[in-house]
Amino acid sequence: MAGLEIPAWDPETALLIGAILLEAIVLYVGYGGLERLFGPYLMRLLIGGEASVQ
Amino acid sequence: MFSSLLDGLGIAGTSPEMLALFVGFGLVVGVLFGFFGMGGSFLVTPALLMLDYPAPVAVGSGMAFVFGTAVIATLKHHDLGQVDYKLGVIMITGTTIGIEVGRASVYYLESLGLAGGVISVAYVVLLGGVGAMVTRDALKGDGGGGVDHEAADKDLSEYEIPEIAKTIQRTVRIPPMVTLRGDVRVSAWVITTVAFATGLLSGFLGVGGGFIRMPAMIYAIGVPVPVAVGTDLFEIVFSGGLGSYLYGQGGGVNLGIVAPLLFGSALGARVGSAATAVVDADGIKIYFGGMLLIGSVAVGIGEIGSFLGNSTLELLGLVLVIGAAVVVAFAILYTTVASLRQTRRQATAAVD
Repeated sequence: MAGLEIPAWDPETALLIGAILLEAIVLYVGYGGLERLFGPYLMRLLIGGEASVQ
Repeated sequence: MFSSLLDGLGIAGTSPEMLALFVGFGLVVGVLFGFFGMGGSFLVTPALLMLDYPAPVAVGSGMAFVFGTAVIATLKHHDLGQVDYKLGVIMITGTTIGIEVGRASVYYLESLGLAGGVISVAYVVLLGGVGAMVTRDALKGDGGGGVDHEAADKDLSEYEIPEIAKTIQRTVRIPPMVTLRGDVRVSAWVITTVAFATGLLSGFLGVGGGFIRMPAMIYAIGVPVPVAVGTDLFEIVFSGGLGSYLYGQGGGVNLGIVAPLLFGSALGARVGSAATAVVDADGIKIYFGGMLLIGSVAVGIGEIGSFLGNSTLELLGLVLVIGAAVVVAFAILYTTVASLRQTRRQATAAVD
C-alpha cells in the first residue's frame, strides 16, 4: 500500500498550486471589477428598462 | 521555455474543444455552488472519470478545483467576519491526516486497478444519499441541506445549539477543551474527529467535504451556521491546497483541467450568489436533489458501460451528469431573470 507521506518540497508542484492560487485571486478581483463596470448595463439588458433591482 | 512550462503543467495537452467544455462546465458548476453553497465539486470528479482521465488525475484535479473555488469564497466570507480561525486551525490537523489516508487509499486502489470502480461506486452512494436527503427535505419544505445564504446574515446570538451538539458537549469532555465563537465550549478531540472523517472523504473523492463538514460542525460541534460556513471555506483552502499539492507531486493535478474550470466557475459563482438575493432557494432545492440523484444514476450507468466496454453507456452517463447540472443551472438563471422582470413590472405598475 502506498504509505503516508510527509509532503516534500517540490518546486514544480509548488508552482502549479501557486498558479491556481494566483488565478483564483486574479479571478476574484477581475470579475469583481467587471461586475462593477458592466453589472448595471447587463441588468438593463436582461430585464429591460431601468433596472433598480440589485 | 514557456511552452515547456505549459506542457509540464498540462495546459498544452488540452485541446481547445476540451478547454471550452471545461469553461462551460465550470460556469454551470459555479452557478450551482454560488446558489446552493455546495455541490459543485460533486460533479467534477465523476465527469472527469467518465472522460477517461485516470482516477488520481480526476480526484487530484477535482481537489485543486475545490481549492481554487474555496480561495475565492473565503476572500468573500473573510470580509463578512464569518471565519473562526481557532476552529479552522484545529481542524486542519485532523483533516490533513484524513486527506493523506484517503489519498494513499486512492493510489493503493489504483495499483490494484480498482480505483476508478471503487470511487465511482462511492460516488453513486454519496450522490444518491445526499440527493435523497435534499429531495426529502425539500419535499417536506424545511429547506434541506446546503448553505442557507440568508441564515449567514443573521446575528450569532440568534442561533440555538442543536440538542445533539449540547449532548456531545456535555458528555465528551476530554481535555483540552476549546472555546469557540458563539461561546461554544467543546473538546478538541471532537473537532479533530470530525476533521479527520471529512478529510478522509476529501482525500478519497476529491471533494471539498463541505456537505458533510457543514452539518458535522453544526450538529456535532455546535457551531453557529454563519461561522460554520466561513470556517469550512477557510479550512478547505488549507486542506484543498495540501491535498492538491500531494496529488500534484504524483502528477495528479492537470492545470489544463483546473484553470478553465476555475475560470468558468468564478463567474458562475458570482451569478449564482447574486441569484440567491432574488430567488427562493427552497423552491429550486428539489431540482438540486433531483440533479444529485440523476448524477448518482449517471455515474452508475457510466461505470457499467466502462465495465462492459460499452462506449454508448459511458457517453450516456456523461451526458446525464452534465445535462442534469446544466438543466438546474438554467432553471436558476431563468427563474432569476423572470423574478427580476416581474419585480420590475410590479414596480412600474405601482408607479403608474
